Amino acid sequence: MQPASETLAARPPGRLSRIAEPVRTNFPDRAWAALLAVLGAAVLVVAVVIVFALWKLSAGVLKHTGIASFVINSQWDVVRDVYGALPFIYGTLVTSVVALVISLPVSVALSLFLTEMSSPRVRTVISFPISLLAGIPSVVYGLWGLFVLVPVLRTRVEPFLAKTLGFLPFFQGPPLGLGYLAAGVILAIMILPTITSISIEVLRTVPLSLREAALALGATRWEAIRMAVLPYARAGILGATILGLGRALGETMAVTMVIGNSPTISASLFAPGYSLPAVIANEFAEASGALHTGALAALGLILFAVTLLLNVAARTLVRMSTHGPSRAAS
Amino acid sequence: MKISRVALLSTLVLASAALAADKMLITGAGATFPFPLYSKWFSDYNKLHPEVQINYQSIGSGGGIKQITEKTVDFGATDAPMSDEEMAKAPGIQHIPTVLGAVVVVYNVPGLEGLKVTPQTLSGIFLGKISKWNDPALARDNPGAKLPDQPITVVHRSDGSGTTYVWTDYLSKVSPDWKSGPGTGKSVNWPVGLGGKGNEGVTGTVKQTEGAIGYVELAYANQNKLVPAIVKNRDGAWVKPTLESVSQAAATVEMPDDYRVSITDAAGKDAYPIASFTYILVYRDQVNPAKGSALLQFLWWAVHDGEKAAAALDYAPLPKAVVHKVEGTLKRMTVQGKAVLATSK
Repeated sequence: MQPASETLAARPPGRLSRIAEPVRTNFPDRAWAALLAVLGAAVLVVAVVIVFALWKLSAGVLKHTGIASFVINSQWDVVRDVYGALPFIYGTLVTSVVALVISLPVSVALSLFLTEMSSPRVRTVISFPISLLAGIPSVVYGLWGLFVLVPVLRTRVEPFLAKTLGFLPFFQGPPLGLGYLAAGVILAIMILPTITSISIEVLRTVPLSLREAALALGATRWEAIRMAVLPYARAGILGATILGLGRALGETMAVTMVIGNSPTISASLFAPGYSLPAVIANEFAEASGALHTGALAALGLILFAVTLLLNVAARTLVRMSTHGPSRAAS
Repeated sequence: MKISRVALLSTLVLASAALAADKMLITGAGATFPFPLYSKWFSDYNKLHPEVQINYQSIGSGGGIKQITEKTVDFGATDAPMSDEEMAKAPGIQHIPTVLGAVVVVYNVPGLEGLKVTPQTLSGIFLGKISKWNDPALARDNPGAKLPDQPITVVHRSDGSGTTYVWTDYLSKVSPDWKSGPGTGKSVNWPVGLGGKGNEGVTGTVKQTEGAIGYVELAYANQNKLVPAIVKNRDGAWVKPTLESVSQAAATVEMPDDYRVSITDAAGKDAYPIASFTYILVYRDQVNPAKGSALLQFLWWAVHDGEKAAAALDYAPLPKAVVHKVEGTLKRMTVQGKAVLATSK
């Protein structure tokens, strides 16, 4: 799995399209190129069609409520046709951030250990369950979360956090188990394999000569990782994080089962919340009336926008964090 | 999205039609609540009439109403009756009640069995006004019970559901504050509490959270051996949710011709107050001659012989008076303008 940033990095900036263009001479080449162009365009077309369909469905409710007030209103009352998306946007962002905060250090540490320190044998033994984690259906994560994780959070982790870090607004209120924290932890486990496996591939591309140079200059192993390996791999690891974030933002089933499904905004991670995909999954099947259906479609549109914005932001971050024009292409 | 669902369904219909080319295939879609019973009915009926095959997809009441309105299925099914707005979009639609369901209150207080709750207490708890288990309102109705000084955690359904509709319909009837607050609906704006997905989500959360209270379907509670609370009904009697007390709720009600009636908070000493009909939706005049008459024959069978299978699957059968009224309705229904059952029954 070669990350995009690395493949693109090999090319000089600004001339990508020219270099990539094949010389089309015979029919099979041209047919092949046309086929690829169609397939490539299909992805774009699908995205546009989805946005268009969501827009069409949600036009009514957005006109009824107003786009701005739909986004910033925090009331969601189906009975009275009052629709505000803010609690869902907030919940989606908070759970994803919690997931990243937990998952990123663990994933990077794990991938560093597997590439820099462990023997190949250990690597094989540990890599297997990591990739296995990626294959578990999300509903299984959700059930495990509901029956195993949530009781542990309620009886042990949350009281402990309240006792030690209770002065922070994030760790206050009664320990319910279900809530932002539970959803964040589940998501952290779910995105761990994504970030870890891509980070491993990225770290493998770090030239051996860099490590050797650092070691030869008298660096300890830790210093070599910190000064030679990590800076080189930073863009790729950020790319891995974006992919992980993408999964966290869109995850539906597992989050629905542990987030508590209460459209409220609360600073405390112990409190129950709601996320954009969760409310769509919960309410769409029984949604009656054009406004309710439209409001759910509008939430889908917002999820689309949130994902897009975060991707753009993360890409900008990647660009800013890398030095030299040769790596800006990522 | 609507289009794609229709497309998906029609693909399924076409695919299954191809499989059973020599058989008559009647399709239906809708409520998940009666699905176990309906499946049994369809397979039993298929044994009696091998030429009739009924295919039912439990996609939810909302989906069922959409499908029958668009006439992409032969019948729909719903827990909550259609609204006037929905009825206007499907002229000629008829509700046929099939069985009764009930919503029961489940809770998790160790050592406390047979909790007694009044409607006022229930609405108080779900409005967040009663927040401790040792609240005087609970203590008054449960003399001698050991009620802990513990916060009450309210658990409700997070997915839109007929169960929530019945539950909020009941709370709206017994509490003016609920009516002017969250109101009645398949999804409402809950003042307090956690949302669990499906009956199993609510049950799972209640079972794990000490001090939790929630509501689930009677059938689900019975099958999972949950001990429900005893509720005070309109006549002031304490009633356990059983199939008999649920059927009683429908016995006293004035039945309109379209059967769209709420039987929550029903009168009668033995009536359990949080009950409802579940319905099959059909058009009064069937356009397809073969399918239409087969569907009417099936409905006739369902409200007579079919009712006998209900209790074993934890559904309350229709009271005699309601069956009698449904007979009249079915006899008045037509296939291409001609009555079918009136002559044969």
